[in-house]
Amino acid sequence: MLTAKKTSRDETRQEPSYDRETLLQLYHQMQQIRLFEERVVDLYTRALIPGIAHVSIGQEAVPVGICAALRKEDYITSTHRGHGHCLAKGAHPDRMFAELFGKSEGYCRGKGGSMHIADPETGNLGANAIVGGGIAIATGAALSAKLQKNGRVAACFFGDGASNEGLLHESMNMASIWKLPVIYVCENNQYGEYTRADEVTGGDLVERGKAMGIASEHVNGMDVLLVLRAALQAVKRARDGGGPSFLVCETYRYLGHGMSDRDRPYRERSEEDAWRARDPIQRLDDYLIQQKIATQDELKKIVEQIHHELEEAVEFGKASPLPKPEEVRFDVYAS
Amino acid sequence: MSTRVEGREITLAQAINEALHEEMRRDDHVIVIGEDVGKFGGVYKLTEGLYDEFGAARVLDTPISEAGITGVGLGAAMTGLRPVVEVMFGDFLTLAMDQLANQAAKVRYMSGGKLQAPLVIRTLMGAGRRIAAQHSQTLYAWVSHIPGLEVVVPSTPYDAKGLLKTAIRNNNPVVFFEDKMMYRTTGNVPMGEYVIPLGVADVKRPGDDITLIANSSMVYVALEASQRLAADGISAEVVDPRTLTPLDEGTLIKSAMKTSRCIVIDEGYQRFGASAEIAAVVAHGAFYHLDAPVERIGAMDVPIPFSPELEDLTIPNPETVVNLARKMVRK
Repeated sequence: MLTAKKTSRDETRQEPSYDRETLLQLYHQMQQIRLFEERVVDLYTRALIPGIAHVSIGQEAVPVGICAALRKEDYITSTHRGHGHCLAKGAHPDRMFAELFGKSEGYCRGKGGSMHIADPETGNLGANAIVGGGIAIATGAALSAKLQKNGRVAACFFGDGASNEGLLHESMNMASIWKLPVIYVCENNQYGEYTRADEVTGGDLVERGKAMGIASEHVNGMDVLLVLRAALQAVKRARDGGGPSFLVCETYRYLGHGMSDRDRPYRERSEEDAWRARDPIQRLDDYLIQQKIATQDELKKIVEQIHHELEEAVEFGKASPLPKPEEVRFDVYAS
Repeated sequence: MSTRVEGREITLAQAINEALHEEMRRDDHVIVIGEDVGKFGGVYKLTEGLYDEFGAARVLDTPISEAGITGVGLGAAMTGLRPVVEVMFGDFLTLAMDQLANQAAKVRYMSGGKLQAPLVIRTLMGAGRRIAAQHSQTLYAWVSHIPGLEVVVPSTPYDAKGLLKTAIRNNNPVVFFEDKMMYRTTGNVPMGEYVIPLGVADVKRPGDDITLIANSSMVYVALEASQRLAADGISAEVVDPRTLTPLDEGTLIKSAMKTSRCIVIDEGYQRFGASAEIAAVVAHGAFYHLDAPVERIGAMDVPIPFSPELEDLTIPNPETVVNLARKMVRK
């Protein structure tokens, strides 16, 4: 059975003091992602969303912790499992649902779908359906920020699968030699599609980053506060001219690779239960209650409000007009 | 040549080098990225002088990472810069193909027009340098196949300079192919500022009996063939599309309608090549005016061999063009 790598932080957890507003925002965002994706599963299962969709339920602490350390104008690149990245960076569920339905008010006017949501207004340079395809783009965005001296940083999300793509090696090397303000965020959800990551990955990923001269560490990706702390350090390093960071966030994909992967025959239910017992949302929930930062009632209200917003967002998506046939030829080239 | 302007004779390499200098002076957002492009000035010295004038921040010597540098150029292009990435040989586009075909080409479309990639990839083509199968191919057909990319294939110093300047200013990803055997080719280039729009073919020699459509190095094969044909009393028109995407279909069709015969000459592999697309465009557009089937002469469908004895057999030559043209015109 897999267990997340223990980091020193698991044992010596010391919370930096975040204000109540920040903590509730983290809670809100993680809940928003989870409830959004639960609706995606439901809508897809009822054949209301065409194509395919990949959900990240269980992994919410990573995008939320990372994006909480970023500014609106900072860049991210995302993956095929990218709803969480979009939402954490500030995208609105209504236009996301419109995109998932293939409607004209979607973020990409219905041309991208679940695997390609881009929202430059929140610095989101796009989700990418080629595993590892966005890694060099994020690195280039960081180069651009450095040359234009605009103080921005780029956070590059990818999975354990992309860690074995050559582009990561090429990109990290350039980020290292040029000291680029980029944070490579590996979401190690333990499975590349249907294969255990540790069966197809040689050595320790963190050591790969270190070998390139990049500040690299394992992060407990089931604890949003630990992700946020690592992200704040990495962002500070990037903004201070200290160059790239590599955060290997240990997390878990509760559901299958895609919607058709319902039985998950490649792993034991007991393994899933062990990871679910470490659920990142429940963990923050417990923390907020124990520390008397919020009451159960307040948290319940947050969830109810999200449900309400998502209900409206789905309706917005459904009501959004379909793209017009002539739009099929728009935006191939600059006009 | 249709373009006669006051200027001076410079080489194709100088023309490209001038275009890079001028565009970098004109716009701070233009940067050059590539292997050996900085201090060394480029393998074929195309970027010479840029490093001294613009410094290491704008002329980046990179590791040997074709996919990485293409993707880094793309990311920089999506966030406000105008990178010109040099991929040292066209054969190495294979390494960069995902970043080109799946990323750069699609980012505007996939984002519903909200993102763009004003990126130029300069790369090489052309056999004859005796560097064998992995450094000699002409692979523009591959990228011409992908919607979202623009493809420029200049034949003269004048065209190269004007088209490269346009490519750099343009907001689409452009792949710019330079024939490594033509860098010393000279031509008249004006002193002052000019640009050439993409998608406008150029009649390099007017004629009445047959149209020879050719680009890059093949323009010179076509021009030499047309001189020999003239001695036989056959008047050949040489039309250079200059860009494959966008393709100036109108000018190609108009020429074939006028002459009623057409040969497409292409240094890329003939099978499934650019010549097939151009021939189809002409055959369809000029159908009722044609006196002979549209013919194609492409590179031989073999990996390019090293031995000069063999290599030369694989490239279209004036002899082949003359023989085919004579047969078609029957004069």
